[in-house]
Amino acid sequence: MSLDSKIPQGPLAEKWSKHKFNLKLVNPANKRKYNVIVVGTGLAGASAAASLAELGYNVTAFCFQDSPRRAHSIAAQGGINAAKNYRNDGDSVYRLFYDTIKGGDYRAREANVYRLAEVSVNIIDQCVAQGVPFAREYGGLLDNRSFGGAQVSRTFYARGQTGQQLLLGAFSALNRQIHEGKVKMYTRTEMLDVVVADGQAKGIITRNLKTGAIETHAGHAVLLATGGYSNVFFLSTNAIGSNVTAAWRAHKRGAYFANPCYTQIHPTCIPVSGDHQSKLTLMSESLRNDGRVWAPKTVEIAQKLRKGEIKIDQIKEEDRDYFLERKYPSFGNLVPRDVASRNAKEVADEGRGVGSSGLAVYLDFAESISRLGEDTVRAKYGNLFDMYYQITDENPYKQPMRIYPAVHYTMGGLWVDYNLSTNIQGLYALGEANFSDHGANRLGASALMQGLADGYFVIPYTLGDYLATIGPKPVDTSHPAFAQTKKDVEAYIAKLLSLRGNKTVVEYHRELGHIIWEYCGMARSEEGLIKARGLIQALKDDFWKNAIVMGENEEINASLERAGRVADFIELGALMIEDALDRRESCGGHFRLESQTPEGEALRDDDNFAYVAAWEYTGDNQPEVLHKEDLVYENVKLTQRSYK
Amino acid sequence: MSELKQTFNSSLGKKLIMALTGLFLSLFLIVHLGGNLLLFSNDDGYSFNMYANFLTHFPPIEVIAYLLYLAIIVHAIYALVLTIKNRKARSVGYAVATKSPVSFSSKNMGLLGSILLVFIVIHMGDFWYKYKFTHDVGYKEYRTDITSGERTVTDFKPEKPDFEHSLSYADNTEITRVKDIHSRVANSFSILWYVVIYVIAMVALSFHLLHGFESAFRTFGWVHRKYLPIIKFVGVWLFAVIIPLGFAAMPIVYYLQSLK
Amino acid sequence: MSNANGTMNLTLKVWRQKNAQTDGKFVTYKAENISPDMSFLEMLDVVNESLIHAKGEPIHFDHDCREGICGMCSLYINGRPHGPKRAITTCQLHMRSFTDGETITIEPWRAAAFPVVKDLAVDRSAFDRIQQAGGYISVNTGGVPDANEIPIPKVIADEAFNSATCIQCGACVAACKNASAMLFVSAKINQLALLPQGQPERYRRVQTMVAQMDHEGFGSCTNTGACEAECPKEITLTNIARMNFDFFSAKLFREEEVQEIDNN
Repeated sequence: MSLDSKIPQGPLAEKWSKHKFNLKLVNPANKRKYNVIVVGTGLAGASAAASLAELGYNVTAFCFQDSPRRAHSIAAQGGINAAKNYRNDGDSVYRLFYDTIKGGDYRAREANVYRLAEVSVNIIDQCVAQGVPFAREYGGLLDNRSFGGAQVSRTFYARGQTGQQLLLGAFSALNRQIHEGKVKMYTRTEMLDVVVADGQAKGIITRNLKTGAIETHAGHAVLLATGGYSNVFFLSTNAIGSNVTAAWRAHKRGAYFANPCYTQIHPTCIPVSGDHQSKLTLMSESLRNDGRVWAPKTVEIAQKLRKGEIKIDQIKEEDRDYFLERKYPSFGNLVPRDVASRNAKEVADEGRGVGSSGLAVYLDFAESISRLGEDTVRAKYGNLFDMYYQITDENPYKQPMRIYPAVHYTMGGLWVDYNLSTNIQGLYALGEANFSDHGANRLGASALMQGLADGYFVIPYTLGDYLATIGPKPVDTSHPAFAQTKKDVEAYIAKLLSLRGNKTVVEYHRELGHIIWEYCGMARSEEGLIKARGLIQALKDDFWKNAIVMGENEEINASLERAGRVADFIELGALMIEDALDRRESCGGHFRLESQTPEGEALRDDDNFAYVAAWEYTGDNQPEVLHKEDLVYENVKLTQRSYK
Repeated sequence: MSELKQTFNSSLGKKLIMALTGLFLSLFLIVHLGGNLLLFSNDDGYSFNMYANFLTHFPPIEVIAYLLYLAIIVHAIYALVLTIKNRKARSVGYAVATKSPVSFSSKNMGLLGSILLVFIVIHMGDFWYKYKFTHDVGYKEYRTDITSGERTVTDFKPEKPDFEHSLSYADNTEITRVKDIHSRVANSFSILWYVVIYVIAMVALSFHLLHGFESAFRTFGWVHRKYLPIIKFVGVWLFAVIIPLGFAAMPIVYYLQSLK
Repeated sequence: MSNANGTMNLTLKVWRQKNAQTDGKFVTYKAENISPDMSFLEMLDVVNESLIHAKGEPIHFDHDCREGICGMCSLYINGRPHGPKRAITTCQLHMRSFTDGETITIEPWRAAAFPVVKDLAVDRSAFDRIQQAGGYISVNTGGVPDANEIPIPKVIADEAFNSATCIQCGACVAACKNASAMLFVSAKINQLALLPQGQPERYRRVQTMVAQMDHEGFGSCTNTGACEAECPKEITLTNIARMNFDFFSAKLFREEEVQEIDNN
């Protein structure tokens, strides 16, 4: 199979408009003859399901949670970018495009990113029309804040819970279509495989998480909006249930997995407190607008602080190193996430970290509180401060927050073309589940933008083209591929349930996380990655011998659910290592120690690595085959990113 | 089903009926207390008996009285219906009783209301029923000298048992013969356990209204940041303090007087 | 508060129930060497891990984001939904709120409209159905006015936001002595009723959603305020009053007629 990205010809700014015109349309009377399967109900899934149903398609939607609204998009805090230029500060579609390409360290497709910037303005209109209560100014118009990696204020927000408000908007649109009977919603249902027949995706196999029933669903197309795979690190800011299973099983059925090593480490998370920790909590990046990041200037002071010999307020101003402001005077605390994270890690590695573990730096609001007053700070960040206090028992109004980077987002995902189609016909990937728009690093407030762009404004057009091509012939589950795939799934479950060893799946997951964080985290090296390759293989072998999976299939069985997800994470982890090994350059979130500038910044190798790495699965324990999609830059000049 | 019937059958509609009847009964309490303060006028029960006579013989008041009885019945029945429905909404209870920080009143409206209902039955049985439907209540004859205003009082025994009241004049004297509910009250309030029942009921009333008055406004949806404090103030001070205290003072004062 | 080595030992009384069809009972477990820095759910994770090691069946409970926003976690802990602290969910509750040696009773949300699914997890799909009955503004994707076309006073936008913070966890129902869903439903209704975009459907929406709420078998509101006290997002009772007003306005004075649901 070839990697045809199907990027339309013509000038950048006209590609999408022209493409929309060239796409085939489905006659309104024929739309109801099509059934579309949407897996996942986060921003991308819910918006796609609702929009497609509004157009007249029959949609069957699935989520593993007990309600579509619980999808992890709900947890996004900071905001959503849009090139509205409401602030008159020089923003434009082109600037958002440019910032995103640059922020992604020149590893994203120009055409996709430009389209994203273009539709960003429609998203805000759409959300406001749905009743999303964005922050407003006294004049009644929408407020904006600034975010990392940009020098304009283009981020729309709803206090610290923009994700929830946007998702509730999409959820309400979805509810309307469920009420109209155009969407059939399956909750507490997990997709376990995709049915591919005659080279086309024809349906999915699901497990009813309440009864264990393995069911088949047929559709003219299957849309995966199943999110990212940060939980491969065990500790991440993702929800406990977030998993790669749907995407991974699709990968094993032939869909290419692109750039798995591009993972984003978010700089402002609450540090780990102990081994019991089940997840990490993010503090919105917007905090960096008013908080100043610092660490003690010397190792000695840091040591005294860690031992409790001195208190924070005893550290004199000149003994505090505001390292982001020092190193990046023009962006200061608002450098992109990868840069901020790596600098925090460096400080900790030097021994200047704070907190009992030394794995933290300070985010200080003292200056903002004295400048703006505590009430203003509370109005802006109150809920984040409260959240921090709940978790740490420390009052951030009185002492600086401790922060440390944590895995937050995965830029990699299923390979898709400009139409969001994977290389399997009829199988689409939307939102974080695909790889397409963020390159090697995602800018803050762009994930929500991409999820909604894909669901509201891209897939409704591009899917129609495919559906018009295949025609409205009814689909059912009679094809032998359905029975075969179902049998495979049942056998896999039986195999998992036969495991009665001595180590829990959570223990395997934690171990996997340690390996990936250590060797494929903020800094990667050939030596470490090769070591990790062996460790993961050993972990996988051990898992299938010694894991314990309790209970049976015909009941609610969290242990079984987790086992399947962890088994997939282990396999994905192995691919991440391969991808990171292959990419012998640093770019964005992927930092290879072998490839850095004399100042220790990420050093790209555009001559050799300006491509998308799309991996093809060839069988269990077989090496995956790499396909390269060359990235062509016609509009932006590739430069070394500089935020100085 | 008609739309209005549908409205009042909804859970909100039933609460609306509770609120409407509750507020109507609360308003009645103001009037009732005002009238009963005549018990404290030191005139051998003249004004109180005249007031009782007026209430039972003035047709508009009679209409309102029957509305009042209806309100009590409806309030109680709807409370029962809602309680049954609410119990059904939690068919399996908690093993640990709730520790949520909520007021005693709001949690126990049903209990408080039941106490009040029992009280109302006793209260009306003793006074209203006996006054209106039995001959257990005696009569008084008040002779008032029209020029001097001096009044004398004697017991009076009518010839016909269904005698209600009369007003006549003789020798510059106004002769009023009227049912003597005042003595009935004085007798009842000289019995300790009877006084205790009244005091308990008034405590229940206080707590019932402490929550109920404000709650009715919430049910109507008449809640506004600027006016809610006024409703709370009236609910607490007038309905949960002044009115129950005023009512409780009557049996207590009469009891104490009976001891002399 | 912890013991000398900084950890705690606790006794848990946990409701175990195989599924909605079977009866449940309390089972007692020991939770040992619990760090005060653990979240409540992490404490349960520890208990579950040891149960699995002993080849026993882990305690099932709903949870997902573990940062207080998805609304999936529940648990009625020692007589209070989401435990003893104000304005947080169970996943945000940390063990430092308990003392060494304490016995903690953990029950599922109790409401006829929230049947137990397994152990401590309940079925809250009634909430979804209430929203499907009208909790939306009927606009299709595309073809909407510019976002700044309708100015919305900040105070209104903020109020709408306050209502919109509801995470659909169901603590209001769990806390209410009548298992009433009024706080949830009113928050959902008010978010839209306050905003100009929500006006066209305002008096229809309140009727359809209340009808569905009644149909689901929730109790009625006594304005007790337990819901407000236990709501992790501090949604206020004012929402209920506003909904009542809209409901009576709609029913008594408005033209919008709504098909009733047969509750039998």
